[in-house]
Amino acid sequence: MKRRSLIKAFTLSASMAAMGLSWSLQAAETIKVGILHSLSGTMAISETSLKDMALMTIDEINAKGGVNGKMLEPVVVDPASNWPLFAEKSRQLLTQDKVAVVFGCWTSVSRKSVLPVFEELNGLLFYPVQYEGEEMSPNVFYTGAAPNQQAIPAVEYLMSEDGGGAKRFFLLGTDYVYPRTTNKILRAFLHSKGVADKDIEEVYTPFGHADYQTIVANIKKFSAGAKTAVISTVNGDSNVPFYKELANQGLKATDVPVVAFSVGEEELRGIDTKPLVGHLAAWNYFESVDNPVNQKFVADWKAYAKAKGLPGADKAVTNDPMEATYVGIHMWAQAAEKAKSTDVDKVREALAGQTFKAPSGYTLTMDKTNHHLHKPVMIGEIQDDGQFSVVWETEQPLRAQPCSPFIPGNDKRPDYAVKGN
Amino acid sequence: MLRFLLTLLLLLPMASQASEGEFFLAAKPAEQARLLDTWAAQPEPGRLALLENLQAGRIAKDDNRKVRLNNRLRGLIDNALASHRLLSDDSATRLAAARQLQKSAQPAQVALLDRRYASEPDAAVRAALGLALANLQLGASDPSVRLAAVRLLGETGDPTARTRLEALLQPEMETDPTVRTAAETSLAQVKRKLLVGEVLGQAFSGLSLGSILLLAALGLAITFGLLGVINMAHGEMLMLGAYSTYMVQVVVQRYAPGALEFYPLIALPVAFAVSAGVGMALERTVIRHLYGRPLETLLATWGISLILIQAVRLLFGAQNVEVSNPAWLSGGIQVLPNLILPYNRLVIIAFALAVVLLTWLLLNRTRLGLNVRAVTQNRNMAACCGVSTGRVDMLAFGRTWGKATSSIHSWWWC
Repeated sequence: MKRRSLIKAFTLSASMAAMGLSWSLQAAETIKVGILHSLSGTMAISETSLKDMALMTIDEINAKGGVNGKMLEPVVVDPASNWPLFAEKSRQLLTQDKVAVVFGCWTSVSRKSVLPVFEELNGLLFYPVQYEGEEMSPNVFYTGAAPNQQAIPAVEYLMSEDGGGAKRFFLLGTDYVYPRTTNKILRAFLHSKGVADKDIEEVYTPFGHADYQTIVANIKKFSAGAKTAVISTVNGDSNVPFYKELANQGLKATDVPVVAFSVGEEELRGIDTKPLVGHLAAWNYFESVDNPVNQKFVADWKAYAKAKGLPGADKAVTNDPMEATYVGIHMWAQAAEKAKSTDVDKVREALAGQTFKAPSGYTLTMDKTNHHLHKPVMIGEIQDDGQFSVVWETEQPLRAQPCSPFIPGNDKRPDYAVKGN
Repeated sequence: MLRFLLTLLLLLPMASQASEGEFFLAAKPAEQARLLDTWAAQPEPGRLALLENLQAGRIAKDDNRKVRLNNRLRGLIDNALASHRLLSDDSATRLAAARQLQKSAQPAQVALLDRRYASEPDAAVRAALGLALANLQLGASDPSVRLAAVRLLGETGDPTARTRLEALLQPEMETDPTVRTAAETSLAQVKRKLLVGEVLGQAFSGLSLGSILLLAALGLAITFGLLGVINMAHGEMLMLGAYSTYMVQVVVQRYAPGALEFYPLIALPVAFAVSAGVGMALERTVIRHLYGRPLETLLATWGISLILIQAVRLLFGAQNVEVSNPAWLSGGIQVLPNLILPYNRLVIIAFALAVVLLTWLLLNRTRLGLNVRAVTQNRNMAACCGVSTGRVDMLAFGRTWGKATSSIHSWWWC
């Protein structure tokens, strides 16, 4: 009897010790976080820098002691601008690498292909790019802009006196879900402003399209009708031939301004911007924004690029999706600290109402219900040095409307994140 | 004392100039727009320098403060500048100014244009001014003035004239039936001219795109025709050429910035040599062992293409690099109001023709060409006659790579 209890006590203490041992082992362990960006293919021009920015932010967090006392360990995969591969790689990250969170995707088509995987395995994705809205998954946090935080204000600006008072609109995009949905919203918005269908032209090109001769000639023809603006949702490296062709055919911003939703400092690095001065881009952040947080952010990035010997490090620039990546990772880290866990459900709860002092100069808040950030809107003009100068901005951050009121039936959708919404 | 007063008088306009700049800098955008409109209607020769500086985003050459401009202000500055340049002594400057005013003139400028039109000595400038004036006179109260303006607009092939004339067809816009009929005739005239420009433009873009594809296809045709190698790495040859062009640009920029304008001329032989060298090396090391086995060459060249892509990605990164257009290759010739032939496209077409001609000469007029043709037709027989088929293969491979490369030059400039 006595012996038996002794054995019991012994096993208990042994198992306790083993537990303690496993605890201490885990403390030395790391938290794995996934980075899912195309490092090759047509989207590499935009996404490569997001991967590097994510690595820099993780270094920064690790230098301050990590999250909940554990270091973050990045797991980088390359889905190669191949949409089904995005789904495969995210499944690999969630099931094999068992990452706590994934930061990634640029195009909406890639996000749409990983969405079922994240909802099935209850993963957590931070999506850092502006997009078309119409989505609120409990497994995704959207740190880019929804249409009312980018597209709609940009079109309003073009219609205003300062923006040139555009009467006709040429909607040019890459052929996939983001440009098509955005243009659907914009068409409905323009109708509400009294613009007729004959004054709206929609044209789509495939990913990686390189010959814009005919399209630019058509824009020119279309613009003879009345003051015209081009709204470009062209994504990836097609932007380079498009802008070169604009310069070639002498289409100046004073005649036909082009406002782009997916062109930032990074994409302009491959182009001589002197003939493009005055063309516009709408974002929630520009590198040229002047405030102490941004100065530090830009300086850190330049130093990081130089230290890591990234290609073209001497001309390293920051842009909006990089800022959104930076903000997203920090917010996740804060939430994980608050929840004292990296469990997806607990972190999700802790993320609601999380705030962060962002390089855009504003303190950004994660909305309590809709998983989107409250963001300021800025419209910038391209300068001859490849930077943007802000010509218009909102006075304070706007709450996102992921379900645009300009799409019929959206008023019946819930305004909170739920599966299949 | 008198001298002092005179200097003061001389200094006065300069002082007012400076203060006008200061005033502009301090004003709100709406006020700046109003100011530019006034300046456009009443040009003064002394203000020219200020406007030129404003166009460059500053108020004086030695002033570092940046003037914040938007597209609307830029357009108004262009318009005001054109107004001022009408006062120039140089007839070419006046012509350019009149052309700008055709696009941008405002009703407030009618009086100015009228005056300049009456006193203009140069016939071409006078005609351009007449058109600019006609655009504005469409809204005049006197029907005879409107009629004359409508008739004049019919003479142009300007795309904007079409919209202006179309607006006149509505009875509520134009009350006078004779003017309406004249507008209809003019509109038909304008449409005809626009059609010509459009057709020519389409033909030209087809030609320029075709010439680039021709250059790329020429290389493929020779490798496949001569060696029977299906070269999956052909696209990567183009890439190598493009990156060597970029490297030449970087080197020239660093060591001889003065010669930057002419770097494409240096890049051409360099890119040719680089890819011809890589091509020959690969032929000697890989492809030579696989002749007569089309499937294996297909796989091997595909593998080479992957290796080359990754190598370049490691060296240069996935981001685009900039190969800039030198000044002499940007811009174009304005043939018709709606047809511009860009210089770079013209150069590409000329270049494609030259390469085709050279290839023809090489194949038909040189000993190497004779050997190449002999090997293509009957490899064994050619070898029997003492043609070193291996050498011919290598040279042909290298040359196609080189040629492919030169075509990429054109790609990058367009």
